[in-house]
Parts: sequence; C-alpha cells; structure tokens
Amino acid sequence: MISDTLKISRRSFVIGTAAVGGGIALGLHIPFGGRVVRAQDGAPEINAWVVIRPDDTVVIRIARSEMGQGSLTGLAQLVAEELECDWAKVTTEYPTPGASVKRQRAWGDFSTGGSRGIRSSHEYVRKGGATARTMLIQAAANAWGVPASECSAANSVITHGPSGRTTTFGKVAEAAAKLTPPTDVALKDPKDWKLIGKSVKRLDTMKKLTGTQVYGADLKLPGMLNAAIKDCPVFGGTVKSFEAAKVRGMPGVRHVVQVGDSGVAVVADTWWQAKTALDALPIVWDEGPNAVVSSATIADMLQAGLGADQAFVANENGDVKAAIAGAAKTVEAVYAYPFLNHAPMEPMNATALYTTDRCEVWVPTQNGEAAFAAALEASGLPADQCEVYKIHLGGGFGRRGAFHDYVTQAVLIAKQIPGTPVKLLWSREEDMTHGRYHPVTQCKLVGAFDANNNLIGLHMRISGQSILAAVRPEALQQGRDPLVFQGLNPSGEMAIGYSVPNLLIDHAMRNTHVPPGFWRGVNINQNAVYLECFIDELAHAAGQDALEFRRKLMSKHPKHLAVLEAVAERAGWGTPAPQGVYRGLAQMMAFNSYVAACAEISVTDGNKVKVHRIIGATDPGYAVNPAQIERQISGSFVYGLSALFLEECTVKDGRIVQENFHTFDSMRIAQMPKVESIIMPSGGFWGGIGEPTICVAAPAVLNAFFNATGRRIRSVPLKNHGIQLV
Amino acid sequence: MVRLTINGSSIDVNVDPSTPLLWAIREQVGLTGTKYGCGMALCGACTVHVDGKAVRSCMLPVSAGEGKQITTIEGLAAGGVLHKVQQAWLDHDVPQCGYCQAGMIMAVAALLKDKPTPTDADIDATITNICRCGTFQQVREAIHAAARA
Repeated sequence: MISDTLKISRRSFVIGTAAVGGGIALGLHIPFGGRVVRAQDGAPEINAWVVIRPDDTVVIRIARSEMGQGSLTGLAQLVAEELECDWAKVTTEYPTPGASVKRQRAWGDFSTGGSRGIRSSHEYVRKGGATARTMLIQAAANAWGVPASECSAANSVITHGPSGRTTTFGKVAEAAAKLTPPTDVALKDPKDWKLIGKSVKRLDTMKKLTGTQVYGADLKLPGMLNAAIKDCPVFGGTVKSFEAAKVRGMPGVRHVVQVGDSGVAVVADTWWQAKTALDALPIVWDEGPNAVVSSATIADMLQAGLGADQAFVANENGDVKAAIAGAAKTVEAVYAYPFLNHAPMEPMNATALYTTDRCEVWVPTQNGEAAFAAALEASGLPADQCEVYKIHLGGGFGRRGAFHDYVTQAVLIAKQIPGTPVKLLWSREEDMTHGRYHPVTQCKLVGAFDANNNLIGLHMRISGQSILAAVRPEALQQGRDPLVFQGLNPSGEMAIGYSVPNLLIDHAMRNTHVPPGFWRGVNINQNAVYLECFIDELAHAAGQDALEFRRKLMSKHPKHLAVLEAVAERAGWGTPAPQGVYRGLAQMMAFNSYVAACAEISVTDGNKVKVHRIIGATDPGYAVNPAQIERQISGSFVYGLSALFLEECTVKDGRIVQENFHTFDSMRIAQMPKVESIIMPSGGFWGGIGEPTICVAAPAVLNAFFNATGRRIRSVPLKNHGIQLV
Repeated sequence: MVRLTINGSSIDVNVDPSTPLLWAIREQVGLTGTKYGCGMALCGACTVHVDGKAVRSCMLPVSAGEGKQITTIEGLAAGGVLHKVQQAWLDHDVPQCGYCQAGMIMAVAALLKDKPTPTDADIDATITNICRCGTFQQVREAIHAAARA
C-alpha cells in the first residue's frame, strides 16, 4: 500500500474525483511489483478487483453500491466472465473509499446513480478479471516451466493442454500476486460470453430472508449511543433555541445537542428513548423568509415561466414560431408534475465515531466517495484520518447518492461526543419532510399541423426546477441545466425519438427553496408524461392511430421504434382488446437504453382504474442478467405508478406537508399489474437498467385512460382528480 | 420490566411498558431483522407473529406482548431449515433491497397458516406491506410456489 500520507482537502478531493469520473486512469495494477497486497484475512490480491483465498474462494470487489437493483451480482458476473472462475465460489466485498484514495482510485467511480453501475464500468471491471486470469495462468505456467500460451483456465482450474496437468486458482494465487500485471489484456468477444447474459441468482439474497442482513439502521457498535434528530421544518431556516433541561432527565437521555445551524438531536441509550425525548423537546425555529412559500405560490411562479421570453434551448430545428403561426391547426396543452419524496423503506441513517485524530462512518450510501467527502468536511480531518464503510442500502432511488446530509449530521453529533460511536436514524417523518425532492415543473406544449394533418411544428416549454442549479451549479452550461432535457435531446444517451420539421424544446428555469434531487429516472419521469401524452393528443387531433402517428415521426429513430413496435405487437395493438380493456402506448430513450410500454387498463365508475397488464420493452445494448432486468422493469413500474396515482409532496408555510405513508402512499400487491418484459439487446452499446423503464409506465396508463374515458389528465397525481388505483 | 417469549426463549426487558414491541425487540432483545419503516403500522416492515398471527409491532406496546408467543424473522426457520416461504423467496429471487422482506415474509407465513392455498384475492386482501423496490410480481409467484411446497 502507499505509505505517503495524503493530505487532501474536501474540495480537491471532489474536484479530483470529478476529473476522472469518466472511469479513466484506473490503477488496475498493483502499485509495487513483487510485493503482495493482502485482503484483511491475509488472502492475496491478484489485483484490485480480485482476491483469491487458498480454498479457491474468489472475492470480487464491487465499488458500486447494492441497493436492490442487482448490480452487485451483475458486476461480479462481468469480472467472473473474464476471470474464468467457478461462479459457485464467488463472493463479494466493498472496497472502502479511504483505501481507494490511497491507491489512486484503483476502483474508479463509486457513484451508483444514473443507471451507470454497470454501463460505465463494464470495461475496466472485465479487464480486472482478464488481467487476474492472465496472471494466474502465468503463475501456473511458471511453476510447471511451460509457456503460458499452452495453458488455459476454466472454472477456477488451470490446465496445461499438452500434459493435461491441472492446478487451481487457490494454489497459484500467492505466486500470481507477485507477478507484474500485463497491461494489454484482450476482452472476450460478446458471442463467447458464458456468464454474462445468464440469469444467475443474486448473490445477496440469503441474509435478506433470515433477518441477518445488517442494514445501516441495524448497526451495533460497542458503547454505541443512538440519536434522533429534527431539522428545521422550513428549508433554509435555523434553530433559534431549545430547552434541553426539559428532557435531560428523561429515561436514557445522555446528550441534547445542536447539529449545525438547523438541527437538534437527542442522544440516548436507545433510539426509542432518543425519539421520545426529542418529541418532548421544546424547539423554537427561525423559519426565515421561506415560511411564506406554498404550493400555490410555486405553481404561479412556474406558470409565469411557461410564457417567459427567456429560456434555455436544448433542441431546436427549423422555425417553430413560423410553423405555428402558419399552421392550419394548432393544439395546445399545459401539463404539471409535482415534488416527490424518494421514501426508501430504510429511513436515512449514518453511524459515526469521532476522535481528535480519526473519523469513521458506517453508512448506506449510493456513493462511498461522496459520503467520504462529507465525512472529511464535517470532521475537519484529512483523508488519511477518515474512512467510510459502506453497507447495503434499504433502498436508495437517488436519495442516497448526491446528498449526504445525514452523514454530515452524524459526524457533527459524534464530534460533540468524542470516542463514542453514535448511530443517527431519522424518523419516517423526518425522512418525508427533509428529502431532496423530485423537481417540480410544468410544461406547455404547442403542436402545429398543416392542412393534410401532418405535424409540422412542436414547441415544448418546460418551466421549473433545475437539479444541477441546486446541487452542482458548476455543471451548468452558461446557466443552462442539460439534465432538464433528459429524453428530449437531439442526440446522445437521452435522445428524443421523433423528427419534427420545426422543433423547439426549451426551459425557463424557476427554482424553489425546496431542495431538488435525483429521483429514480430523474427528469424522464415528467418529460415522458409531457411528450408521450401530448403526442397522443396530437394523434387524436389528427384523427390518427397513436402507433401509426408515431411511426411517421420515428422513421429516423429505428431503435426507439423497435421497442415500441415490440410492445405493440405483444399487446396486439390494432386488434380488439378484451371487453372493457383499453390500451395506451409510450416510448422513450434514457440512460442509453430504449424503452417502451403498452398498458392495458379498465375503468369503472369513471374513476376506478385497474391496470391489468403492462408490457415493457427495453433495448439496453447488452443484457447482463435478464432475470434481474425483468425485476427492474416490474419494480420500476411500481415506483412509477405509485407516483402517478398516489404521490405528491405539497408545500404549506414553507414546509412539506406529507409526513408518512398515510398521506404519501405507495401501491400494494393488490394494485400490481401483470408485467411482461421484453428484453431485446441489440448489441454494440451499453444502456442502463434501473431507471429507464420507470418513465413509460405513467404515460402509457394516462393514454389508456384517455382511450377508456375520453378524459385527458394533464397533472399528476391522479388522486387529485378523484381517480383511484384499484 | 416486561417478560417476553421470543422465538421460544424467555427474556426480561427493562423498558417503559409503553415502548413499542418493535423497539423492545430491536434494542433490548437485539434482534434487528424486524424493521422500522413508518412507526404507524402502515408499511408492515415490522411484522412479527404474536400467538401465530401477523402483527405490526411498531404501534403495539411491549406490555401487550407479555405472556404471548412472539416469533420474529430470526425464529421462522426451524432447526436450521428455511421455512417454506423463505425457500420460495430464495427460489424466486424475490428480494431487491430486502429491507421490507422480513415483514413481507412474516405476513405471508401467517397467511399460509390460515389459508394453505391462498387465491390471488386472498393475497390481495391480506398482504398489504409496502415494498418500494416493487417486488410484488415475484412475491405473488413465490407465495403460490410456497403454497404448493
């Protein structure tokens, strides 16, 4: 390991990680030739990705986080494919961010968001596996005194072809770890893959069945105390005062502390004691100027943006204003999409242990390095005196990636109780009211037809929040937030699937004091509703079939069209649906995958919606584990339909109104449609899995609802229209 | 002091009797497989068996558990053999993040005790746990598989 003491500030660390965020400059080699790097149990590292124990157990290091999406297993498949190890002997472990910093980011990016876990690391993790295989074979060849070219590996066994001699990975691992790693390993041709593309079972299931999986909320450390926290209910407000004396005598209470400018925590022997005392603690807040903001004032601001002169342009061709002015017919509509909380089942939490010269944090995080940066900043300690230990997440959905407010809080509490580990766990109410919410937007769309009902113009004006402006203002492009246009760009991994002769898609940025965040799917959720419902409106206005109308606009977008055609064909689009059942379509490209859905619903009493079936298709380029992709498709539909029908965070007096699942509901098994997945990887590119399909469920259902009732719903959630999911 | 019988063992817990059973199980008994999700008996992550019935433990005072047989997820597998619901969950690769699954499994185990071969309607009426990952399709398949086992 590297002995130089690294003195890096949080700022230089963050900039450094951003600079190599593309997955380049990875230390796939062992830093010092001839010296074996060892795992904690003493087993030799072949390289950063692969440790092999004498009993042949293969430990594959996984830098990305497992939060349910299955990429722990998928990434292990990628390494194992090239390593040629016995899959039954594979286990995994998380490297720590501190160790990564000391090794020039040997494991690359830890960030697990944007459906990037596999698609942005597939190449270097496969190289990690191939490099290790090459070294293991070389070690065996050296021992036998034969050329490595005469040896091969399969199922953790190395065979010398001419003599038939064999040995195992475990037996040569020590010698392999001493070799200088090759720098030019070749990767397999995808047609030769044996493990990639196979629906192997997840590696992380057993402990989740027996209650033995330790989540962050379950962590126990010797001498640990438990903290409950309240942050100012109005974002931007601060603590004015609190009367600690009123609760200090309550059972188990050890400390009552202020946390930063805006929080108060009670630290007690147990969390229930801490929460009970916190609920009894009188706190006076300085709510600040944001206390006058409400959902209505925000909506007014967004509405003004719909007609504003100045806007950031993302996608423009032709002259849309002229096309609209000269149109034989125009269609206009305004849509709206609300704030949403992530509401992972495991509320935010982090455990911190601080001493004057060391800070350690245990946390379920989507980005170990960002958690590490938060620990550095809050502790004030340099990188070589901090460490973060990642724990599998009880749900992430974007809440635990870019934001580590709970890490900051845990460290700030622990700093006031040096030497004592403190576990901070948020109540569900704290979690609901202190989220990083799905951004709020509205959208005005105008379509223009010529006299022959050809679509000649489309203007899409989005008004509302920018996530980047709040989270990473340095990533704005001359003030413009490129992420706003996910699924609407002229090209790239988030490209629109339609060609319209005169097109303008622009954004009037209107930010609120309610902090926005990356919510599963990010901006494709609302963009798919806006675009795909309005395309249906245009088809209806033109008197054309929704699929036929789209086909005409999609001739230059064959991959977009292919997934749409696939769901339409499976559903029998154009043939009669069962009695009382109505269909709706939607398609999108997001996170480099092409996705589409066809929903089949029935509506009783005009407002009770049963979603019978959704056919979902995805072309992610390569499908590493089809069974897990199916689960991500059906799971994403649950998340997306819950939002469509049931969920909205509203603002009153500057704070979020909804505090628990009775007012921010989530669909149950009774409401679950049958989901049929069509996985159609066309090869040659790598697309994301966890997020893309989420966005097509809502517009497909909304379009089916229109077909069933003639009623066009243009704002979410449907509960606000008296519509129930049954 | 409240005496609880959990997974067949008797244990005295020194807590205020109004403390929810969930927190006595997690923090006094030290069994953390039973999860906190909402604290309002809305999500079902805290489901345990009390005298064989599925109960959401986050709003039940610990005193109400006295003298009852309480089973948590840690006590579901008997003699080191997975319960048939756990086995079906394994066979069907049900969990994603897994946080809600202990509660889900306990709810399903209680359902199968009452109705060994539940219909989809039985499942819909009884299994009301929240799963934000959205494992419901696999949950339903695995329930039917467990019923056949």
